[in-house]
Amino acid sequence: MSERSFNALVLLGLIAFPLWALWADEPFLITLATRAVILAIAGVGLNIALGLGGLVSLGHAAFFGLGGYAMGILASHAQMYDPIMTAPILIEGTKSMPVIWLVAIVVSGLAALAIGALSLRTSGVYFIMITLAFGQMFYYFAISWPAYGGEDGLSIYVRNGFPGLNTLVPIQFYGLTFAILLIALALHWQIARSPFGLALNAARQSSVRAQTVGIAPFRLRLIAFTISGMITGLAGALFADLNRFVSPTMFSWQLSGEIIVFVIIGGVARLFGPVVGAIVFIMLEHVLGGLSDYWHIYLGALLLGIVLFARGGIIGLIAGRGGHG
Amino acid sequence: MSLLRVQNLSARYGVSQALFDISLDLAEGQVLALLGRNGMGKTTTIKAICRMIMAKGVIEFAGQNVLRLPSYKVARLGVGLVPEGRRCFAPLTVAENLTAAARPGPWDMAAVGALFPRLAERQGQIAGSLSGGEQQMLAIARALMTNPRLLILDEATEGLAPLVRGEIWDAIRILKRDSGLSILVVDKSLRELSDIADNAVIIQRGTSVWHGPMGAVDSGVREQYLGV
Repeated sequence: MSERSFNALVLLGLIAFPLWALWADEPFLITLATRAVILAIAGVGLNIALGLGGLVSLGHAAFFGLGGYAMGILASHAQMYDPIMTAPILIEGTKSMPVIWLVAIVVSGLAALAIGALSLRTSGVYFIMITLAFGQMFYYFAISWPAYGGEDGLSIYVRNGFPGLNTLVPIQFYGLTFAILLIALALHWQIARSPFGLALNAARQSSVRAQTVGIAPFRLRLIAFTISGMITGLAGALFADLNRFVSPTMFSWQLSGEIIVFVIIGGVARLFGPVVGAIVFIMLEHVLGGLSDYWHIYLGALLLGIVLFARGGIIGLIAGRGGHG
Repeated sequence: MSLLRVQNLSARYGVSQALFDISLDLAEGQVLALLGRNGMGKTTTIKAICRMIMAKGVIEFAGQNVLRLPSYKVARLGVGLVPEGRRCFAPLTVAENLTAAARPGPWDMAAVGALFPRLAERQGQIAGSLSGGEQQMLAIARALMTNPRLLILDEATEGLAPLVRGEIWDAIRILKRDSGLSILVVDKSLRELSDIADNAVIIQRGTSVWHGPMGAVDSGVREQYLGV
């Protein structure tokens, strides 16, 4: 099967499954699908850094968490009718998703720019470690910041609103996240084939060779890392809205690891890699998690199998080589 | 005016010194051949010019000191390298290889396609699946897409079939005749070089020992420095 038709099949599944769940009156399954879609968005974000740029970031939970806290802080102030600050200018909380998303994207983008500017001076294992360290900094900061719940996190009572939709209806919220996933995928697709994305790809293959044709790897990678962080941050805001709850676990390094796992299971640098990875992850969690608390063992075995025998991930297994692996 | 001026250049790989004292001068619009036996430092000299290895001495390109610039800035000033062993971006297609390197100027897809019709036919093919000769054409085309003022060809015809080799030489001749591009060329084929190169520099054990017009590379010089 070609990669393109497999991708189309995945999209079809993402449309048909929730509609079936709606018909079968299984709102929980719709919520489960929403979870998969949101995690897929986070993965699409990471895939721009990891897949296109070859940047193994073990700190993407920082952006996911920042997006989550952007939502949590804005919404908690709004539900308490308590402005975030009054001087020098009045900034109030909000329950409007578009505003929250914008804040999440800007904040995580700025963080990615700063973290990237420092981390991208290193490479390989050092890059992995320094991004991990930044992620952990945010984690411990969130734990020790009592104003926003500290270790207990923040609860939001009512899901934030989107003009024209009732976001508390599962299928409507699902539709919203699905639309954002499509936009994120379109962005990845555009970037991958743009001169910027091709130069990024070239720099991933060989930094030295890329430089001899005038490509400046650091700048390209910094831009890619920033875009990547912005998308993952947006996913964090959606994830927080799905659970109506934010806590420091959104910053945890396990979460960074899980996002990497989505990308690897699905297929690194494949457009739909993180989508397939997130779906498989949620399916395993739902099916195996019901059988045993230790379902991660099976996830580990799957991951091992893929890394050893199917370097292109599930998509590579089904669609073969090709693409820009 | 000289486009590239190298003086008293020395460089080392770790503890072993590879270049001791290289000097060369390339005027705008000229073709300079870099000659010498294997392991004498031709490729190392090129790597130093392209700032891929640290070096001491003087490297001036278009009047600017480039000794401390990062590699990509030298490329952007107008040094287009066709590296030894081709080194295309193998998983990318022909068109993608070219797009990744493209900078504005007269050399674009159409111009490069006219120089190498074979590449124009294979735009969508993955570079890694091209023949050696086609990969070499792609490497040259990629360097041209950066719209360089100086093209550096390091063993561009090495390991190719005679027919393909001929095609590459034809393209280099066209480049010299039509575009007036300055070229620094390293190659083993003296016969082909002698009708393309204006001047030559001979390198022996990391030192430039002879320079003069290509026509003056006679049998005596060849025997003394090149062993042919």
